[in-house]
Amino acid sequence: MPATSSSPPLSHLAVVGYGAIGLVIFFGVWTALSASGAVPRQFLPAPYEIAERFTQLLTSTFAGATLPQHLASSFMRFGYGFALAVVVGIPLGLLMGWFRWLDDIVTPAFDGVRFIAPIAWVPFAALWFGTGVGGPILIIFAGAFPPCLINAYRGARFTSRPLIEAAQMLGTPPWRIILEVLLPSSVPSITAGLRVSAGLGWQSLVGAELIVASTGVGFMMVQAQLNISTSTVISGMIAIGLVGFVIDVALRRLEAEVRRHGLA
Amino acid sequence: MQIGRRTAFGLLTILVLVLVWYITTTTLGLISPGRFPSPADVWVSTRQLAVTGYANGQLHVHVLHSLWLVVLGFLVAAGTGVPLGLLMGWSRRAEAIINPVFLLIRPIPPLAWIPLAILWLGLGDAAKIMVIWFAAFVPSVINSFTGVRTIEPYIIEAARMLGTRRMRFVREVLVPGAAPMIFTGLRLSLQASWTTLVAAELVGALYGLGRVLNVAQQDIYPGMIFLGMACVAILGWATTRVLAEVEARALPWVKLARA
Repeated sequence: MPATSSSPPLSHLAVVGYGAIGLVIFFGVWTALSASGAVPRQFLPAPYEIAERFTQLLTSTFAGATLPQHLASSFMRFGYGFALAVVVGIPLGLLMGWFRWLDDIVTPAFDGVRFIAPIAWVPFAALWFGTGVGGPILIIFAGAFPPCLINAYRGARFTSRPLIEAAQMLGTPPWRIILEVLLPSSVPSITAGLRVSAGLGWQSLVGAELIVASTGVGFMMVQAQLNISTSTVISGMIAIGLVGFVIDVALRRLEAEVRRHGLA
Repeated sequence: MQIGRRTAFGLLTILVLVLVWYITTTTLGLISPGRFPSPADVWVSTRQLAVTGYANGQLHVHVLHSLWLVVLGFLVAAGTGVPLGLLMGWSRRAEAIINPVFLLIRPIPPLAWIPLAILWLGLGDAAKIMVIWFAAFVPSVINSFTGVRTIEPYIIEAARMLGTRRMRFVREVLVPGAAPMIFTGLRLSLQASWTTLVAAELVGALYGLGRVLNVAQQDIYPGMIFLGMACVAILGWATTRVLAEVEARALPWVKLARA
């Protein structure tokens, strides 16, 4: 983190201390609002009530499944959609970085589609692929695809010229240049793109499940909302946040690993 | 020359796509009209929405309603997010206090707030503003924060040495110095505003483009779905352009530095 600020960095102890103050205020105000009845309990349960509900949901079923089961079906959908975005987006991005004509053809179409919010694909997704697994996958794909494509493309375009020219001089065929020069040199850019892509994909999935799905955490939350069970809604938010966080940490690890050692 | 080639190819691609669209749906009938609309279907839907109305209102009612909510939610988020980011960037103490709470809330995707917003505020406009606020707030804070931290130290020291007063310092050093990053954040905030609004309207609303999409989905009406998506894309594009124009006017020096 850049160091410029009004004051010198705080000591480690001070950071922990101030952080604790912040958290105490946050949870304190929340608990006070709920426990004093200033906000009806039904709409704002206290933190401990949510913790209780969360642990309850780990074993008891709500909307047809326990929380881990809902999470598993959400994660499976996410996995399919994200994998599809990676498998299509990265090769296409690399090819666009190499073949100018492909770039010229795909870019205008891509720019036109990019401004459609991923979630706006929901009606067509439901119409074409149903509301089970296929529909949500299309929406995750719509969210996760652009960063994969853009970062692979950028990585390929920013490959150092002399490397490409050296390969060409040695008579390397285009497909080998793409695989052995462009791909390795784009890896840092691609892994950075994967993180963005996973974040957007996970968030699109949650949106999709709120609207069309009969399983998954999003579905559970909508059911809880209809039943006015605020603690279940917030438990769902926490679960989604946790999984999103774990995905992000995993990809950040990957990114750091790649940056340190390269691909090989 | 570059630009000419790009534009020519772009126009050509779009022309070919429209032709392919027309041929596959209308001439050859390869794609069934129940799955994807033909150009004629979209035209019929456009006339219907513009003239007689659909899903509680005419085209301009839905467009203005969605646009109004996005602009309002975006302004509220920017109005709270940017100052908070600046404060956190400026004061290590504020950063240390706020950061843990921020880190706790940040992993929750904005769309996951929708059920809670509906529980708290119902299906009206207030719930939409709340979700947009959550979505657009985070990028504004993070980028304003980073913007302050990337101001060159010698500029801050020079202002200090000259005894610049606090308000003047904020107005003439802090904000202009962080401005390029602030605008990066605002762009992300704007995109997030559109995504969340459409999602929130799809989940439940009385007016708006998401409402049009939702009703069209229930009616299995591909022409109207297509039109709704096109409207969302055009509005998203147009508001982004407006923001870029504001940025160019507000920060003439950034452009000068690049050229």
